[in-house]
Amino acid sequence: MRLFSPTVRTIPWLAMGLLSLPVAGGLAGVLAPALGWLPALGGNELTLEHWRTLVATPGLADMVRLSLSAGLASALISLAIVMLFLGAFAETRALALVRRLLSPLLAVPHAAAAIGIAFLLAPSGLASRLISPWPSGWETPPDYLFPGDPWGLGLIIGLVIKEVPFLLLMSLAALPQCQAQARLRLARSLGYAPVTAFAKAVLPGLYPLIRLPIYAVIAFASANVEVAMILGPTTPPPLAVAVVRWINDPDLSMRFVASAAALLQLGVTLAALGLWWLGERLVASLSRTALTGGRREAGDRLWAGAGGLTTLLAVLLLGGSLMGLVLWSLAAWWPFPAALPSPLSYHAWQGALPGLKAPLTQTALIGLAATGLSLLLTVGALEAEHLRHRGMAAWAELVLYLPLVVPPVAFLFGLVQLQVQAGLAPGALAVILAHSLFVLPYVFLSLAESYRRLDPRWAQVAASLGHSQASLFWRVRLPLLTVPILTAAAVGFSVSVGQYLPTLLMSAGRLSTLTTEAVSLASGGDRRLTAVYALMQLLLPALGFALALALPRLLMRHRSGVLNP
Amino acid sequence: MTSLDAFSPGGTPQTSTEHSAGDDLATGHSLILENIRIDQGSRPLLSLNTRIAPGEVLTLMGPSGVGKSTLLAYLAGLLAPAFSGQGRVLLNDRDLSRLPAETRQLGLLFQDPLLFPHLSVGGNLAFGMPRNVSRKKALKGERKATRQVRGEAIEAALEEIGLAGFADRDPTTLSGGQRARVALMRVLLSRPCAMLLDEPFSKLDASLRHEMRSLVFTRVQRLGLPTLMVTHDEADAKAAGGPVIELGAQY
Repeated sequence: MRLFSPTVRTIPWLAMGLLSLPVAGGLAGVLAPALGWLPALGGNELTLEHWRTLVATPGLADMVRLSLSAGLASALISLAIVMLFLGAFAETRALALVRRLLSPLLAVPHAAAAIGIAFLLAPSGLASRLISPWPSGWETPPDYLFPGDPWGLGLIIGLVIKEVPFLLLMSLAALPQCQAQARLRLARSLGYAPVTAFAKAVLPGLYPLIRLPIYAVIAFASANVEVAMILGPTTPPPLAVAVVRWINDPDLSMRFVASAAALLQLGVTLAALGLWWLGERLVASLSRTALTGGRREAGDRLWAGAGGLTTLLAVLLLGGSLMGLVLWSLAAWWPFPAALPSPLSYHAWQGALPGLKAPLTQTALIGLAATGLSLLLTVGALEAEHLRHRGMAAWAELVLYLPLVVPPVAFLFGLVQLQVQAGLAPGALAVILAHSLFVLPYVFLSLAESYRRLDPRWAQVAASLGHSQASLFWRVRLPLLTVPILTAAAVGFSVSVGQYLPTLLMSAGRLSTLTTEAVSLASGGDRRLTAVYALMQLLLPALGFALALALPRLLMRHRSGVLNP
Repeated sequence: MTSLDAFSPGGTPQTSTEHSAGDDLATGHSLILENIRIDQGSRPLLSLNTRIAPGEVLTLMGPSGVGKSTLLAYLAGLLAPAFSGQGRVLLNDRDLSRLPAETRQLGLLFQDPLLFPHLSVGGNLAFGMPRNVSRKKALKGERKATRQVRGEAIEAALEEIGLAGFADRDPTTLSGGQRARVALMRVLLSRPCAMLLDEPFSKLDASLRHEMRSLVFTRVQRLGLPTLMVTHDEADAKAAGGPVIELGAQY
């Protein structure tokens, strides 16, 4: 086992390589075709012609506007909801309850949440049924366009619903780091009302700690494909959806335009981040005098009420969406104003079962492989930190966020082009590696805190008893970390199950997973079958979380110290 | 005095820290703790029934774990949900027990100085100062004037603790003793009616501890603030010169 330390020390570099090389290579892979160079498709000279074609595309300005507004608005609304919630409920029991509900909420795949929102808020959706015929007076579904409203409001709602749990989780992890409790108590003992105390004393310390997650949220929202395909407007769609359409165009020469558009998407995402950054500066300079102005109370009750209300609204939306999915999957006949379908039937499930088998197995296998790889690299990287006795460098954390900030549609498409140019067949291996790009950061973020917080004296005791570093790792540190490692695995698995674009692009559409099936069904008319696929998409990660909870309790039922550290 | 009256909340003129060097004005409040009892779940932690006169420092001594800090949290209205407390906290005849923490006007001095890293030294002091003129009433010129008044008050407060000219400094560049003094001044600027000291000197080294003790005790005596201090250091109790209550572990 003398190889242990050297092996572990190389793992951070492997992880960095896995995260940064595909992103960098992929961007290079779209840059060349965007300038006309892709010999495999007959592009042998540099030209700006494809950019001209792109600029001449009707509706391009609307596409860019939609991407920008979805990115900024959804991030702003999510951040506001999370901060109002924390301001209103910091130091209360409600917070502890929400903390427990968070992981399962995070596990809901984007596509499933979007389908649920579409079913809930559509003209014939559950929400309008509940208020019909009384008090709305509607005997037939009302006439409004949803999903797919031209302003992208549906898209923004769908994104907010998924981003709130993520930002909340990141904020809860950051609160102890900025001594939130002590700051809050101090400010309140100096006479500041609770929400004002949170805003003036905690927020300035909290925000820098969650800045990177916020940037990831903006980037994701401005470049997302599957939520936009389900909830966004279609003519024109947000830019990223248009890029995917051009990639899948039977006319292969459209790939040159798609490359240019993918680069434009990168620019749009960077512009969204830049605008946000300017907003940060503006808020910082405007609030400087207010922070020390001595005002103890600024509409505190109002803000607290808003915090409670928005949180309630978010919970209702999520709950209503899930309810709607379940009802649709069990509906046989469900005429409009009826709030419940009757009779309930298993027909949709029975009909779907034969077709479910292949996507289910593929989803599970890809998910397990990507999670396994990510877990290996994460544990290795964290153990290397432990061996070197120092934490991650700031630049390494940036690399971790690279696949979350660079629009996937840009670099994944570049990878596809490199694949084509190199003559490699698309397939499962490429899909697994591409999934790992997105699974690894989440596994790392989920596990890092527990791993770093593990009492160093366990290792010291073991070392003083004559154990080597390797034995210490396998026999002390890993077993003690069973619970967080399994939780991180469940998080990673749920991220993989939710992936749409990497599966679609890296397998050239040949592999179908629950998510790719659900997204393509959502654009069709069969609500029952769509609901079944969306629910399966939910059930698989839920199963993962259930296992992560149950396994250690089963295997270590006589070691309660490990279960409740 | 006129320029500083504006700082008083609710229009009650009190001594300002700027003038405190010369004034011996006592606020005249007594802090009354009536049948206080703290429980952790079903386990009783401590009980207390006492009265602290203006300017008097009552010391609570006891080993760690008897619930001294929890008692202060209860008095300040910041009790964690795991504990429950009963009994009345009064300032003269004003019952604070049901008031939220922010309206109790009890100045808490913690073990750590807890200077906000996102504010300058002067900003930290300004954070403690009450607002002087409501924004709606303030005309543009007036607002500028109030900012200037606040700035002068901060400068005066810094001078009083030997830190003149430190207003724009980053709090992380201060020494431990300087931070403790700024933290004390921040509480005093918030015009408390009584002080609660939570082992305020335990993290300072021996020479600073002596200096801080006399700084704190002369201030609370001069301002006539009834003060409750919890500590496990007997030298603290001696320096305070007031009555001492020994808490033993109760099981």
